[in-house]
Amino acid sequence: MNGTTEATGSHEGPERRVRVVLVDDHRMFRTGVQAEIGRTEETGVEVIGEAADVDQAVTVITATRPEVVLLDVHLPGGGGVEVLRRCAPFMGAVENPVRFLALSVSDAAEDVIGVIRGGARGYVTKTITGADLVDSVFRVQDGDAVFSPRLAGFVLDAFASTDAPPVDEDLDRLTQREREVLRLIARGYAYKEIAKQLFISVKTVESHVSAVLRKLQLSNRHELTRWATARRLV
Amino acid sequence: MPAATTRAASSLNPDPEEPPQRKLYRSADGRLLGGVARGLAGHLGLPVAWVRFVFLGLFFADGLGALLYAVFWIVVPLGVGGVDSPRSVFETAPDGRRRLRKPDRGQVFALVALLIGAVIFVGNVDMGSKADRYIWPTLLIGAGSVLVWRQADNARRARWMEVGSRRRVLHLARGLAGVALVGLGLAGFMVVRGSAAQLGNVLTAAIAVLTGIALLAGPYLVRMTQDLSEERLMRIRAQERAEVAAHVHDSVLHTLTLIQRNAEDPGEVRRLARAQERELRNWLYNPEGTGKDEDDEPETLAEAVKRAAAEVEDKHGVPLEVVVVGDCPLDEKLTAQMQAAREAMVNAAKYGGEGGAVQVYAEVEGRTVFVSVRDRGPGFDLDSVPGDRMGVRESIIGRMQRNGGTARLRSVPGGGTEVELEMERTSDERDH
Repeated sequence: MNGTTEATGSHEGPERRVRVVLVDDHRMFRTGVQAEIGRTEETGVEVIGEAADVDQAVTVITATRPEVVLLDVHLPGGGGVEVLRRCAPFMGAVENPVRFLALSVSDAAEDVIGVIRGGARGYVTKTITGADLVDSVFRVQDGDAVFSPRLAGFVLDAFASTDAPPVDEDLDRLTQREREVLRLIARGYAYKEIAKQLFISVKTVESHVSAVLRKLQLSNRHELTRWATARRLV
Repeated sequence: MPAATTRAASSLNPDPEEPPQRKLYRSADGRLLGGVARGLAGHLGLPVAWVRFVFLGLFFADGLGALLYAVFWIVVPLGVGGVDSPRSVFETAPDGRRRLRKPDRGQVFALVALLIGAVIFVGNVDMGSKADRYIWPTLLIGAGSVLVWRQADNARRARWMEVGSRRRVLHLARGLAGVALVGLGLAGFMVVRGSAAQLGNVLTAAIAVLTGIALLAGPYLVRMTQDLSEERLMRIRAQERAEVAAHVHDSVLHTLTLIQRNAEDPGEVRRLARAQERELRNWLYNPEGTGKDEDDEPETLAEAVKRAAAEVEDKHGVPLEVVVVGDCPLDEKLTAQMQAAREAMVNAAKYGGEGGAVQVYAEVEGRTVFVSVRDRGPGFDLDSVPGDRMGVRESIIGRMQRNGGTARLRSVPGGGTEVELEMERTSDERDH
């Protein structure tokens, strides 16, 4: 999140490019994002397609095979989750995998957790600055997970309230370290700062975050349903 | 009756105790049959027993009372007497005590009187054997239709009040009994007319006619009920839309207007936009959220943190990003912690606000409540703060220590400041 200097420093120049598709039903918002991050010479982000609903999104993504898709959570035709479901084959592709970054104004935990479980590599809110968004896009392209403080909070909540786990669900639990990393993200720390705080390398932080993401995407559906039900989310 | 209360509310009558503009309603409260006598008594300001006796008296005048009663019953709408409108039209009746759940003594007496009257009437009428034969079927039909009519009244009343399922069974039984009585009465007529032999034929004809009517009118009836329910749905939708429109009008449009007017002042614009965003989120995503900040004190930690952050945000124009994990009810110690956290937020907004949003993180883990407030401002050295500046020392560190918690302050010059507050919850035991 605090990687503004990083983004402009290391991703500058034509050697680092990322091809992006924007999926959002608000044309004004797409235009705004396009204007903010789409200046390819400066940011290295190339917006190669746009879509306003689920069907369009699937068509555009299939046709253009972008590296990163900025995906809105609320979309006509089934929402971001539906796009993720129908694009699942592209995500797992060995060559040029398509990666999704959820970009939403929604505050509802079930929306956010829903797209992450659906396979999105991260979630940022629409109030994010252009520089941070560019940085997040590159991180997602690298295969890294992008956790906003709010997402970290949701995830901590989701895992914390499923206490007393049965033995066979041990795989779904967060380790102490992962929990610490998430907590620091929720407190607004950048990866570099987390690394310094916990005396580990930035790479280790990244691998912890990716592990959390994997556990979240694999985590027992039953547990999350129970969690959501307890909060009257579903 | 809603109409009565709205009329009462909008009346220009200076004395609020005086019941305004009387209109005749049947009383649904503490009634014997259709509530006609009770409604009339309330309307005329007479004791209800008098009205009942008058009806009873008129009843002997060739059944005029019964006829009148029936006409009133059909024509006059049912009103709720003192059930959900506290100032009811029927309160003026001397025995019109408001909640007459059980039949009171007056009611029982009236019922007995009615029965005796009916028996005397039947006994008196025994003059011509020809007329006599029609009496019992007529009475049966009358009793049956009374039962069914009351049923209709109750169905209407059920819309005003919740009716338990047990009572619904009773209602069904009563309705069926009414239908059975009417059927018996009609059969009695036929038997009396000496056409018992032709009963089969008559029944067949009747069923044929009924089937024909059902065939002809059925589709219309079905269509009508469908149209009615559809119309109801549309009305509910329109109402919801109106509510959303009202909210958008009250808050969003208002804020946008203010933003246009303050376009030169980016700080103010940002403050307005953030406050509006927060309110709208609250309204959209909180099932019982009204969108407005309630005046009463927050009861849980999450609420308190969000409230404090919102207030600081509004006051200082610096965005605060709040993340709360878990929740618990507020107790005395946590209230102190909230005050310390609020002070930390104010400091962060005041001195570290230029570095971007202030991060507020609160977590309830087991019995420990942890709050961190972090800004990305210039930071400062606690030891270099003069001793007379009590903000941090007293309001944050001191307050936490007095209440048995800990406060840690970490500040890197140039790298922002972070305040960490930790407190044990008092669950059931009170240790101070």
